[in-house]
Amino acid sequence: MIVYLAKRIAAVVGILLVICAVTFVIFYVVPSDPAIQACGKTCTPERVAEVRAQMGLDKPVWEQFGVYVVGIFAGRTLGAGIECGIPCFGFSYQNSLPVWDLLVDRLGTSVSLAIGAAVLWLIVGLTVGIISALRQGTALDRTLMIATLTSASLPVYFVAMLLLLFVVRIAEILPYPAYVELAEDPVAWASNLILPWFTLAALYAAMYARLSRAQMIETMSEPYIRTARAKGLPERTVVVKHGMRAAMTPIVTIFGMDLGGLLAGAMITETVFGLPGIGRLAYDGIVKADQPVILGTTLLAAFFIVIANLVVDLVYAVIDPRVRYS
Amino acid sequence: MSESGTVSEMTGRRTRPAVRPAGGGERSGGPILDVKDLSVSFGAVQVVDGVTFNVDRGRTLGIVGESGSGKSVSSLAVLGLHRNATVTGSIVFDGQELVGAPSERLRKLRGSRMAMIFQDPLSSLHPFYTVGDQIAEAYRLHRRTSRRAARERAVEMLAEVGIPEPRRRAREHPHQFSGGMRQRVMIAMALACEPDLLIADEPTTALDVTVQAQILELIARIQAERGLAVIMITHDLGVVARIADDVLVMYGGRTAEHTAARTIFKAPRHPYTQGLLASVPGLATGEEDDGRLKAIPGSPPSPLTPPPGCRFHPRCARFAAAQNPAICTEEHPLLTGTVHKVACHLPGGTQ
Amino acid sequence: MTALSTPETAPPVAPAATGRSPSRLIWDRIRRDRAAVFGMAIIVLFVVIAVTAPLLTMINGWSPYDFDPSAIDKKLAGVPKGILGGISAEHWLGVEPVSGRDIFSRVVYGAQISLLISVLAVIVSVLVGTVLGLLAGYFGGWIDAAISRVMDLLMSFPSLIFMIALISVMPDGNRILLLVAIMGGFGWPYIGRIVRGQAITVKHREYVDAARVGGAMGPSILFREMLPNITAPILVYATLAIPTNIGTEAALSFLGVGVRPPTASWGQMIQESMVWYEVDPMYFIIPGICLFLTVLAFTLFGDAMRDAIDPKGGRR
Repeated sequence: MIVYLAKRIAAVVGILLVICAVTFVIFYVVPSDPAIQACGKTCTPERVAEVRAQMGLDKPVWEQFGVYVVGIFAGRTLGAGIECGIPCFGFSYQNSLPVWDLLVDRLGTSVSLAIGAAVLWLIVGLTVGIISALRQGTALDRTLMIATLTSASLPVYFVAMLLLLFVVRIAEILPYPAYVELAEDPVAWASNLILPWFTLAALYAAMYARLSRAQMIETMSEPYIRTARAKGLPERTVVVKHGMRAAMTPIVTIFGMDLGGLLAGAMITETVFGLPGIGRLAYDGIVKADQPVILGTTLLAAFFIVIANLVVDLVYAVIDPRVRYS
Repeated sequence: MSESGTVSEMTGRRTRPAVRPAGGGERSGGPILDVKDLSVSFGAVQVVDGVTFNVDRGRTLGIVGESGSGKSVSSLAVLGLHRNATVTGSIVFDGQELVGAPSERLRKLRGSRMAMIFQDPLSSLHPFYTVGDQIAEAYRLHRRTSRRAARERAVEMLAEVGIPEPRRRAREHPHQFSGGMRQRVMIAMALACEPDLLIADEPTTALDVTVQAQILELIARIQAERGLAVIMITHDLGVVARIADDVLVMYGGRTAEHTAARTIFKAPRHPYTQGLLASVPGLATGEEDDGRLKAIPGSPPSPLTPPPGCRFHPRCARFAAAQNPAICTEEHPLLTGTVHKVACHLPGGTQ
Repeated sequence: MTALSTPETAPPVAPAATGRSPSRLIWDRIRRDRAAVFGMAIIVLFVVIAVTAPLLTMINGWSPYDFDPSAIDKKLAGVPKGILGGISAEHWLGVEPVSGRDIFSRVVYGAQISLLISVLAVIVSVLVGTVLGLLAGYFGGWIDAAISRVMDLLMSFPSLIFMIALISVMPDGNRILLLVAIMGGFGWPYIGRIVRGQAITVKHREYVDAARVGGAMGPSILFREMLPNITAPILVYATLAIPTNIGTEAALSFLGVGVRPPTASWGQMIQESMVWYEVDPMYFIIPGICLFLTVLAFTLFGDAMRDAIDPKGGRR
């Protein structure tokens, strides 16, 4: 178990390093000169060269990369006396803040959005999927499946705009969302996040409904379900204790991965609703060609994905007794 | 499976004085299970057509047939485990009519007074629960005992079916057991509530030959101890030879032949039964026995499009030998006889 | 065997079924599926629209780039005149606010862009994924290890962020080709993984052994013997990847890194319509519905195809 864990963690670190390197090369070497970005439009060539030296951009790529990676664990002092504390993910000259501070600042919003949406899609998706499976072939099943297909085919931003149009503009049930900190005002926090939660959950709920339906149908035709019935268990026990326990286990894997991907992957929802999350930060970074921010958000996003992967594998060993790591 | 081994075992079983509880089959109140004219259909497809049999306490009925013959479907109908099926006829269990009975009453009988074990013990056990929990679950439900008492019962049952270190093994999951041990677990689970009837659906098919013998021994032993009525569903005549008192041969959803096991092996009358016996090494006793094994040509009929008349006629050697009499293709043969029942227009091997 | 499956366990002796080829059988199954036929009809409709876009705009009389100041109300900040975003005999689906460009013409050209990019990207994914998947599955060893690692890596990339960033830093060139390359480049591991798995199982089947014993060499085994047997899953995956790509292309355009204006794209139209959603909702609803219908159609068709090829999995 410990050996397995160590191996997995090493692999995680490896993947992150490679992603870091690839991102680094693409965004620091290929494109427009970060020094010009940092220096401003009215810069003289001499001044640009000076800034380049200050930022370490005159050094070879691998050395810059080394400095960057070491900086994450040790912190570093950037040119012009700017302190970048541990963990140092670079400095956003456009925001005049270390990237890490920006990330930390935006994480709360992204977590709020992701967790709320995840709870919503799990409840809706699994309920619909299980009901559909137990009523397989009925009109209810067909209606629910058409609804999920529809929901899965709607682009996120289209859902967002439809919700804005019908809920905010026409029905006037909710105000136009504006992010409020949870600690500040929990009610305002929730009511402002309702639309983003629904928007983000729509697609996932549909996918989870279809997935859990398929899982449940397959499980309910397993011989051990027949055994449970042969034991004289009430149908409710057969479905809940024997059927759902087995059908829902693989969904844990997918859920972990989706949640991991979502922390930085809700870019469109955050952009449409103007929520200050990690996705929005990445988007703004891209628009403004703020390389340190792009690098930082990409790394963070990759980190969540890889960690989610690892956590899922470990959790799986607990919930499925057949899986044992050696 | 190695039939030679089985046959010597068979003689052992036949000559052994039947270990029966006092009273045996002659107890008042008749058989524990009495099935009359049972038919099962799924939509327009009739899978079982007018099957009649009964089982006494302490006795074993072997139901033999190829896959698709309706043998499993009949037994699942007894337990009321069919969904979306139309079941007609009569199934009387210990004086209670089960056909048309409320599903709740059937459910309470299942697992407590009638139990079933299945062919593949790995997929028939829940992969996520310990075997102890799975055995205890039914006991707790039907006997309304405490969790602790049910767990004790599970350990006791595991010991009874011959699993070493039962207390430790009760905490293990099915995948940690070998095939034979898993089937023992299934048996322990089925018998935890001391049922009167055990239906075993090909319990040894998925097992190694040596393990098969052990499992059959186990079932025979427990049956003898408890006076259990057993229905043994199998396609393997060797198993029937070892354990059954009576045999019901099914073909295409209907009864082909039904009589005492001894009679089936000595004087089979239905050409299908004879074909089955002729295809088993060491059991071949058919009328044209020349010591060679013969496979029955063709394949079992599709329930969707059964042949007209006698369902066996397309594969029947006697039908061909009699120059294809019209009666076989036109009329379904009725089950005739009292002790030795045969459904054939051209029964052979008269006693 | 469960009792319920008894009717199916009877050997399939029905002679009618054996006469037809597998692809014919699959086709017959798809044709009987109402949802699949519905999806197919929409796909055909949009393909026809995309192909005949120049003709349609000729009939309509408006090129997607023509401004029509007469169709908008300058006093109201450029809102289209008339109901429902200016739907009229002149402009069948109304006009864009401010510019007065014809929405029908833009949607029609948008269909072209959307289908072109997503199908080309799928082709790239399928080609790369199939070749590398086959190589990994067939040769195993370090080749498999290397290819598998690359696939794992690409799949742990936060792909949307990465795509946007990559496109935004790439030198100006042909945006369509760039989109195809990037979407195809991020899409191939999914198909590569399927092909690799299939190749590993197929590799040990008798007919491949037979070919090897018969003296066939590596590449010939790969492509002549193995490929035909894994076309079905590839086809299903490719069909289901098209709607994903349509969605991705639209999302990238929506985020401003898709095709460049004035080339029309549905995602871009929706992005431009965002500020108008209150006063001119038709502006986003029309491209939104087009996007929804195409994605839905390909999904329905792909699902039906998967069910037809593998009737056990999925729905029943």
